[in-house]
Amino acid sequence: MVDVASAPKAPPNAALETAAETAAAPLPTGAGATTPPSTLRRMFRHRGLTIGAFLVGTIIFVALFAPLIVPHDPYAQDLTRRLIPPVWYEKGSWAHIFGTDNLGRDYFSRTLYGAQIALLIGFSVMIVSGFIGSALGLIAGYFGGKVDMVVTFFITTRLAMPVVLVALAVVAMIGSSLFVVIAVLGLLKWDRFAVVMRSATMQVRSQEYVSAAQAAGASTWRIVIGEILPNVMPHLIVVATVEAGSAILLEAALSFLGLGVQPPLPSWGLMISEAKNFMFFSFWLIAIPGTALALLVLGVNLLGDGLRDVFAPGGRS
Amino acid sequence: MSQSVLEVEDLSVTIATPSGPLQAVRNISFDIKRGESVCLVGESGCGKSMTSLAIMGLLPPAAKRSARRLAFAGEDLAGASMKRINQLRGDRMAMIFQEPMTALNPAYTIGDQLIEVHRRHKQQGDRIARERAVYLLEKVGIASAAERLGQYPHQLSGGLRQRVMIAMSLMCEPDLLIADEPTTALDVTIQAQILRLLADLQKEFGVALLLITHDLGVVARVADRVNVMYAGEIVESAAVADLFAKPSHPYTRGLLDCIPIPGKTAPGEELGTIPGTVPSLIGGIQGCAFMSRCPLAQGVCAEGAPLRHTNDTHAYRCIVEAA
Repeated sequence: MVDVASAPKAPPNAALETAAETAAAPLPTGAGATTPPSTLRRMFRHRGLTIGAFLVGTIIFVALFAPLIVPHDPYAQDLTRRLIPPVWYEKGSWAHIFGTDNLGRDYFSRTLYGAQIALLIGFSVMIVSGFIGSALGLIAGYFGGKVDMVVTFFITTRLAMPVVLVALAVVAMIGSSLFVVIAVLGLLKWDRFAVVMRSATMQVRSQEYVSAAQAAGASTWRIVIGEILPNVMPHLIVVATVEAGSAILLEAALSFLGLGVQPPLPSWGLMISEAKNFMFFSFWLIAIPGTALALLVLGVNLLGDGLRDVFAPGGRS
Repeated sequence: MSQSVLEVEDLSVTIATPSGPLQAVRNISFDIKRGESVCLVGESGCGKSMTSLAIMGLLPPAAKRSARRLAFAGEDLAGASMKRINQLRGDRMAMIFQEPMTALNPAYTIGDQLIEVHRRHKQQGDRIARERAVYLLEKVGIASAAERLGQYPHQLSGGLRQRVMIAMSLMCEPDLLIADEPTTALDVTIQAQILRLLADLQKEFGVALLLITHDLGVVARVADRVNVMYAGEIVESAAVADLFAKPSHPYTRGLLDCIPIPGKTAPGEELGTIPGTVPSLIGGIQGCAFMSRCPLAQGVCAEGAPLRHTNDTHAYRCIVEAA
């Protein structure tokens, strides 16, 4: 990186005026005020981003190490110990921190394993839809004209379809499993990626450095991947986080309707669904997975929001 | 000195607009010899930039290029494959853009961008590319060049960025350098430095330079030959000394009258102006395009202006013989 301590020195063959200009230019002098704070430091300074990153980080950690953390097998049923309330109730016990469900399964363990499923679906859907959407958006934005017309047609067609309804219909037809839910949501949720990437690419495409790259002999492929993609990356990251959050919610909704992840997998949406019959007497059965879901989506959205602030052009200068 | 690096013959650029085809460049011909610097001068919208983009093959999709001959070092560019053109661009023909603020990719350090060009065309490894980058950054007058390689474009001032752009264009030792108004986005004191730098480097590396500008002061300092463009046409072409000594086309004379001469132009004295505006280039233009603004215009101008010569290298298009 930049040697901060180095003093501006003119090369021996430079003309006097050159030395004057380079001295006036923002050379890295000792002050440090001239060098903008690093991206990492700006990230730490952003409160929403820190909270979001903490929430998501914690949930990722919990999901990864769930087998080591959980006190019980999340699938083990014990009907003699069903509907034990969580530890903060009078009848609760430390053996089951979040209590047990109607089949006597340890709710704490199920909640932690639920994080795995939520994250798996969130990230997989984000990757699948992000790949489809950004590819379409980049192509449309870069080539414009007829290509853009075709892609725009696809986008509007897709926007005309209600995601939940189509997902329900497809899942109902071909049966539901974790893989089907990921595939269906991935193939349905690329629209925002495409829209955002298309407009971002159009903006970047008109920049002179794209012409400069062409003038330097770069191929189209190189320009799209090497010149444009890094400059639309901030937009992509923001959309990706927001979309991951909404995919998690959609999965919960599908599972709640019984057409998403199938029992006995501990999906949070499914847990809420299974608990709805007991909600008047065993409120925690709904509240715990609901809170977990809300915290994860909140964390993901805060993270996305914060990243947008940090990556915004104004944040860099 | 005799071999032509760039030969342009009857180059035309037509842009399709909703109200009809716009003839941005009309049948212009010129050539640039090895080590020569040629200026294209003219006011905004006269087709200077379109000419440079047409040569580089960078025209927007709506613009169409046609030319009887467009050759680079004897090789036909008009019929060349995209692959071949990409091999030439950046390697043997390079371009410096108008806006140094946007011509560098903000996502990469300037070192990455400099090395990238060399890597793509020379394939001699990163170490040699890096050395070349440092050498050229020093050549263009950037202090502590090695450290600059790690900086991003937004950390540099406009003048420095344009220097980087110049260094980048020279990375592969091109034969032809096209500079499209390289100083318009810079403030006046920097302009002079950049121009002197360009002129020096052009001499030093023996590059053929096509400089596009609207500034006759720049022309006087840098050019060997000058082509004055008006409404998509070259109206006068001359060696630089001839042009200033004996401007023969009324448009050229009008342009020269617009320049204040320190010491000669009294304060408050009115500068020359060229009345009227450039005619619309949509649809065909009959006769001399400058007719509507010309002080010497006569009825026959509507039939077109003949090409006249004052000597072997000085030609202009006008019905009136220059005195």
